[in-house]
Amino acid sequence: MKLRKGIPLIDQHDKSGFWGGKFGGNFIPETLKKPIADLTVLFEKLRKDKSFIRERDYYFENWVGAPTPFIKLNNLTRHLKGAEIWTKVVSEANGGAHKIYNATVHCLIAKRAGKKYIVGDTGAGYAGKMLSMAAKKFGLKCKIFMGAKDIKRQKPNCDAMKKNGAKIVPVYTGSQTLVDAVSECMRYWVSNCDTTHMCVGSTVGPNIFVKICGWSTSQISRELLVQIKKEFGSIPKKIKLLNCVGGGSSSFGFWNEFMHYNKKQIEFVGVEAGGPKRSKKHAAPLTYGSKIGILHGASQYVIMSPEGQIEETESISAGLDYPGVSPLHCFLKDAKRARYTAATDEEALSAYMLVTKFENLNPSLEPSHAFAEAIKLAPKLSKDTVIIVNSCGDAHKDKDILKQRLGI
Amino acid sequence: MTISPISLAFKKTKREKRTALITFTVAGDNTKKNSLKILNSIAKYADILELSFLHNCPIADGGQIQNSTYRSLKNGTTLKDTFQIAKRFKKNNPKKPLILMGYYNLIYQNGENNFLKNCKLSKVDGLIVVDLPWPENKKFAQKCKKKSISFVQLLSPTTSKERMKKIIKDSHDMIYYISMLSTTGGKLKVSPKKILENYSKIKKINKSKNLVIGFGITIKTIASLKKADGLVVGSALCKEISKSLRNRQNPVTNVNKMVSKLKNKII
Repeated sequence: MKLRKGIPLIDQHDKSGFWGGKFGGNFIPETLKKPIADLTVLFEKLRKDKSFIRERDYYFENWVGAPTPFIKLNNLTRHLKGAEIWTKVVSEANGGAHKIYNATVHCLIAKRAGKKYIVGDTGAGYAGKMLSMAAKKFGLKCKIFMGAKDIKRQKPNCDAMKKNGAKIVPVYTGSQTLVDAVSECMRYWVSNCDTTHMCVGSTVGPNIFVKICGWSTSQISRELLVQIKKEFGSIPKKIKLLNCVGGGSSSFGFWNEFMHYNKKQIEFVGVEAGGPKRSKKHAAPLTYGSKIGILHGASQYVIMSPEGQIEETESISAGLDYPGVSPLHCFLKDAKRARYTAATDEEALSAYMLVTKFENLNPSLEPSHAFAEAIKLAPKLSKDTVIIVNSCGDAHKDKDILKQRLGI
Repeated sequence: MTISPISLAFKKTKREKRTALITFTVAGDNTKKNSLKILNSIAKYADILELSFLHNCPIADGGQIQNSTYRSLKNGTTLKDTFQIAKRFKKNNPKKPLILMGYYNLIYQNGENNFLKNCKLSKVDGLIVVDLPWPENKKFAQKCKKKSISFVQLLSPTTSKERMKKIIKDSHDMIYYISMLSTTGGKLKVSPKKILENYSKIKKINKSKNLVIGFGITIKTIASLKKADGLVVGSALCKEISKSLRNRQNPVTNVNKMVSKLKNKII
């Protein structure tokens, strides 16, 4: 399995929508065939439309707040005595996380499609919060599907969604987390696809949703490329881009512009949720060698029983608590362009403690997984290595969990 | 070539100038034993029976079928059990067509060929795979045909005429028309008249194909759609099982009664 040069990764799929011949596709009910075909035609048109790109850039710049800062973590670097540690503070984007890019683009598409309603799923609540913000901004009525368990553990984001006028639909089926929220959102779309646009909250789902989300979050690496050149004068010889991976939207966006670099120069490291140290459950299908299965309309590595039932995952971080992973990441893993590992709940919490002790930064539990890997790696690496961590979310939403687990 | 039990069932109902009654129940709901008992007892009224193999991420099913599915999964029903139930049913009712319905991941993990081998061993007559639409299902549908298993193609109100023509061309002895934009068990939000209008348009493409209507069909709505070649009732039966359990009544007797009533509405 190989990456092709000169073609964006999101376009490197075959006619049936599979990356690497086996990841992705469209495993969907007949009813969704047409809405998805229509959306595909519209998106392919819009991404070539200069006025649409101008509109997107306008809102990214003036509303989302592009570019987000790129800073060196001097104290942490000194403390770990190894590689330089930098971070892209994507959590400075309007709303506090990278989910704003996908949400904004989906609302712009929904407007062009003439849809008045938009629905979306959410785990950590960021995708939902951002979609509710964007829907409000662009005058769309919004419904958010969220697992009942997640509603309890991510209350601040739920409050924000309600404030933005969105209706939160609690999902009580299955494990009552993101996986069930996505299923329920898809069911809703099956029933209402004539009037409603659906936003899938990550680089998952049927082919076109993977593409739209990846196209949207790629803003992160577009900014980063410029910022690296500005800070270092040129691209350093040894860079490691560390990012947490749940569905995989922030990491894909963080890496996309660097895809064609040699991995010896720019290495991608994806950090999945290893779950509690003493639990067998996790949310790391790439790290722990899960098999290929079909989830939410796409084939991917997914945590399931040998028979094919999707298994419950466990992670302290709601945003990473998903049994599957983007077909794009499955492709990157098998093509050996990216490397994947996992951090446990405890490691993420310690990383959060260390980062906040040394730096004026407040990464949510999701990027704290990536920081955990940075803390492990940095002391072993030479001083001319540059580690960049995507701090893709703000910990405000985690205040209840942090208080409970760390007493802060 | 021998005529398939599914085609024979439609021949019979057409001779009797009535619509075919097609039931849908979930394998292992509420227990493995009862699930088989239900099939055996309703076979008296139903012309074709659908049995779902379980998946815990059913993206096109409404609340009632989800309840049945989760209940059965909780009781530990596996794919192997589903084939067992099918096999035992067919042993008692060799001529009654049985169709398995479910999601592709279970087939994929079992292996397409192995899954079809298991279908043959259990004497299953047809398959509906909810999330394997045309043209993605072409190869698998051909494999089914080689094994004399009918692959049931689905059509929906969103399917364009051009697409319908192609799907119908690749279809076997039964086609399933989804009555409205909905998951299973939704309230009928389109008038029966409108549904039958769409139905007639599809029939015109190829009159010889057996076209059945499903989604939103209950004791209240079934009579209004009896012009169709066949009508599928699923969620209403799942709901009846849930209700029986809530009221501490025997689900087998109650489902049997309901299917008998459904049959009365269409003859």
